[in-house]
Amino acid sequence: MNFEYTVSGDDYSLAGRASSDIKKKLKQLGIPATVIKKTAISMYEAEINMVIHADGGIIKVTLDPRHIRIILKDTGPGIPDLELAMQEGWSTASEEARELGFGAGMGLMNIQRNSDGLHIDTVVGEGTTVTIVLNMED
Amino acid sequence: MEQNYFHSVTLDESLCKGCTVCIKGCPTEAIRVQKGRAWITAERCIDCGECIRTCPSGAKKAISDPLSLLEKFDINIAIPAPTLYGQFSSGISCNRILTALKGIGFDDVYEVAAAAEILSRETRNWLKIQKEKKPQISSSCPVVVRLIESRFPSLLDQVVPMISPMELSARIVREKYKNSSARVGVFFISPCAAKVTDIKTPRGIESSSVDAVLGIKDIYKELSQAVGHVETEESLSIANSIGVSWARTDGEGSAVYSENHISVDGIDHVIDVLENLENGHIRNVDFVEMMSCPGGCVGGPLSVENPYIARNIISSRERVLQQAAEEKPVELPEGICLFWTEELESRTTHRLDPDYRKAMQMMEEMERIQASLPGLDCGACGAPTCKALAEDIVRGKTTETDCVFMLREKIRDLTREMIELESRMPPGLDR
Repeated sequence: MNFEYTVSGDDYSLAGRASSDIKKKLKQLGIPATVIKKTAISMYEAEINMVIHADGGIIKVTLDPRHIRIILKDTGPGIPDLELAMQEGWSTASEEARELGFGAGMGLMNIQRNSDGLHIDTVVGEGTTVTIVLNMED
Repeated sequence: MEQNYFHSVTLDESLCKGCTVCIKGCPTEAIRVQKGRAWITAERCIDCGECIRTCPSGAKKAISDPLSLLEKFDINIAIPAPTLYGQFSSGISCNRILTALKGIGFDDVYEVAAAAEILSRETRNWLKIQKEKKPQISSSCPVVVRLIESRFPSLLDQVVPMISPMELSARIVREKYKNSSARVGVFFISPCAAKVTDIKTPRGIESSSVDAVLGIKDIYKELSQAVGHVETEESLSIANSIGVSWARTDGEGSAVYSENHISVDGIDHVIDVLENLENGHIRNVDFVEMMSCPGGCVGGPLSVENPYIARNIISSRERVLQQAAEEKPVELPEGICLFWTEELESRTTHRLDPDYRKAMQMMEEMERIQASLPGLDCGACGAPTCKALAEDIVRGKTTETDCVFMLREKIRDLTREMIELESRMPPGLDR
């Protein structure tokens, strides 16, 4: 089953809607609470990143009997040094974003910690595609 | 899971007009309007009382126990919620209100505010040893506990596993009378409908020590008369400002942890914060106070006074208590356990089917139906949203023609077909 969401680029107040919707769906499907929590945290983090760093984008979520696959595609600035970006505490979030409590530099590490698979394709100047995979069973 | 779902929040069929106001505000989508009246799905209801607040016909009610229950016991003890003090102007002392409770048939009183003070202290200690599962979420509001069970089960392990001030008060009373052979009745004087449900189907404990819950609104008339008739005020009140403050929002939060906490009131705000807790957006907070009612317990559906006025009265009583000679801390009697003995259960009443593959098929069908519905969430079908109607349809509870727009489309198709048929002539007449 597939779901697609368009994430707006500059409205922070709407950021997180896609993650909330997926979370509701997973609850209706009766997915274990621990898996839902991991999905909620990792997808929310990635969705927020999309709003803060890239000008929004498209999220595709695929559910199959064994996995939850979340693909977040943006056409933002790309990540120049992925290795550095994966380190905890590293952030390029704007002052505005930080004031709202976002971009504390937990981002990519936090996604990795709360998922069963993370893959990032990024090209500077073209955009980033983040793929998050979670196992349905805890 | 309990077999019979008792709920304090109920519908008076004779008053229900079948309008759809209540279905929109229900946080668990527990209400549908069918056959000209509202129906509350018992498994989903968490007794928050939102429908009582929104019903324009006064058809939603919270039932509590009758005062006549006092006759069943030899000794009757009232345990009033701190909110009771917000129902009378601050010129009327707490002692006067407590003495008046004895005037309407109680033999003794124990203030829930006193127990709240003990629990503030103990929760503070509990937070000190909680390094991992943060933030900890208050368990004092029974609606919030039920909401987490049904909509946010992944947060269950962050709920503070401690009994409520009501329960502690009842245990303290029982301890005091444990050697008595008399039948002791413990009555909670309540602003809260969910507490009526809570003593019958408690969470975290096997059974409640409270015998009955009397709504403040149900005893208010007699009690206010008794307040007027008090001749000598007895010195019954032992509560301090900390315990009294639990009646309003941020009372518990400040009492438990003065700096790094957030206090949330009103069911919509509670849901919003729970969503954020689940997303991991709320970090660096140690404690979250959550009250389902606006303004805290003073906004409870069984209270009488306007919640803003009640809150003001509570605050002024707190100031008076703080200014009075030094407050003497309330002691916890020995031998009373403050912790839960039962685990909370995930009660995912929104799950489509226990079999995940079946649930997935149902969801696909739901998505298809939802896409064909107008998406106006008008409520004319009796379900709160188009999505909820789609869910009801895949659950086999209703059909697509419940939607007035779908019905209109069907009629239009039928009409088109009729006109088309009408234009055909029998061959013999067709020139």
